[in-house]
Amino acid sequence: MQSVEDFFLWLYEAHGINLTIFSDSWDRARFLAGILTTIELSVVCIVLSVVIGIVGVWLQGTRARAPRMAVAAYIAFFRGTPPLVQMYFFYFAVDRALSSLLGVSGGLVSNFGWAVISLSFFAGAFNVEIFRAGMSSVPGATIEAAEALAYTRFQIYRHVTLPLALRASLPALNSNLVNLVKTTTVAYAIAVPETLYVANQIWSDEYNVVEMMNVVWVTYLILVGILVWMMHAWEKNMRIPGYGAAR
Amino acid sequence: MTWTPDKPIVSLRNVRKSFGDFEVLKGISFDVMKGEVICIIGPSGSGKSTLIRCINALNDIQEGSITLEGQEVHDPKLDKLALRRKVGMVFQQYNLFPHKTALQNVMMAPVLVLRQDKAEVEKRARSLMAKVRLSGKEDSYPGELSGGQQQRVAIARSLAMNPDVMLFDEVTAALDPETVKEVLVTIKALAEEGMTCILVTHEMGFAREVADHIYFTDRGVVVEHGPPAEFFANPKDPRTREFLDQVL
Repeated sequence: MQSVEDFFLWLYEAHGINLTIFSDSWDRARFLAGILTTIELSVVCIVLSVVIGIVGVWLQGTRARAPRMAVAAYIAFFRGTPPLVQMYFFYFAVDRALSSLLGVSGGLVSNFGWAVISLSFFAGAFNVEIFRAGMSSVPGATIEAAEALAYTRFQIYRHVTLPLALRASLPALNSNLVNLVKTTTVAYAIAVPETLYVANQIWSDEYNVVEMMNVVWVTYLILVGILVWMMHAWEKNMRIPGYGAAR
Repeated sequence: MTWTPDKPIVSLRNVRKSFGDFEVLKGISFDVMKGEVICIIGPSGSGKSTLIRCINALNDIQEGSITLEGQEVHDPKLDKLALRRKVGMVFQQYNLFPHKTALQNVMMAPVLVLRQDKAEVEKRARSLMAKVRLSGKEDSYPGELSGGQQQRVAIARSLAMNPDVMLFDEVTAALDPETVKEVLVTIKALAEEGMTCILVTHEMGFAREVADHIYFTDRGVVVEHGPPAEFFANPKDPRTREFLDQVL
């Protein structure tokens, strides 16, 4: 590690490229912590937003009017407003309102917690729409066959519609999840120490904006690249011999 | 009212069904006894498919009555799922679950719906696959099978539920002429074992061979019916004669 640090110190002295995340252990530690926070935020939000998508599309398909209206309102709100405004709304308005309602002092949920909640709801709204499109790609006749075999509505959803809809949804889901990973930078605004936030701290301390800007680009390209690679592997794994585009 | 095998297992009385303003079934009545095979024939658009889809409540009816083993099918209080456990159905387009192997397609309903023991179901599913002469294709996905093979998997899938009645909705209409026979042979074997079968079909030769009774429907009514020998040799109604002239 000493030789790596020496190399980057030399790089700074000889060429003026100041990459303190490699030459300074303190900067390195906080930058790695930032990347870990981004990954943690992304993973938790991906899982929650997919769950929201699945539950939302299930509620959309019920006969009762109230849940369908609630899902429609949810989508209209979270798809129709900026994610930064949503995050401010949760962090500043909802937290305060809930705290005073429950008589808790010092805030109810951490800033990381509110970032998870607002980003999951944000991406979840798109996932509901993505899964709905996937559901409508499942032939009615296939569902009818399950009905004729006396499957319950839930069994049809769980064992027929969902597995087929999920496969049809994967390309669009892939794009939305990539967007979600990139949108985690919005958590900067409520001081969640994610990648962009710590990069800003580092360039404020070290005056190496240009270097850190490039580091941030590369970091997100790698993070998104890993996600895309995983999603493609999943798509390939879910492929059914003789079915759909895989032919 | 309890049902006994000396009474019709399926009974239709004056069944009427409309889609919007269009009346598809205009008062259809017939009885099917246990173990009987009946074929419903007639021109396209005469309501044949709609008719058998009413028997397992995939379609509702506006008027009249359909009973299965004495139970009113269109009673709003009837447990539709309980009804459908007794009625197997095979469709024109097979409608297999494309993400499951042939064997899984056959096993799913008994395991999920009837909550039967998985190992036992698998044993039965394998013997059903053998029965429809598809041994060795257990692990193939529907997309890897021919139309005729898929249709035989669909038959095995229905039989796995041990139904009391089987409905066949133009099951050979989407098949190549060469593969029609393999499906018909399977159905014939089933009929000979005493399975109650209601078939909508365009295969006149097959109908003549296996049916106990033929119903000719046109424009939502039963125009003429009778045992096949009589029906085909001596059709009485001019519409029946016209239809048979065209298809035979």
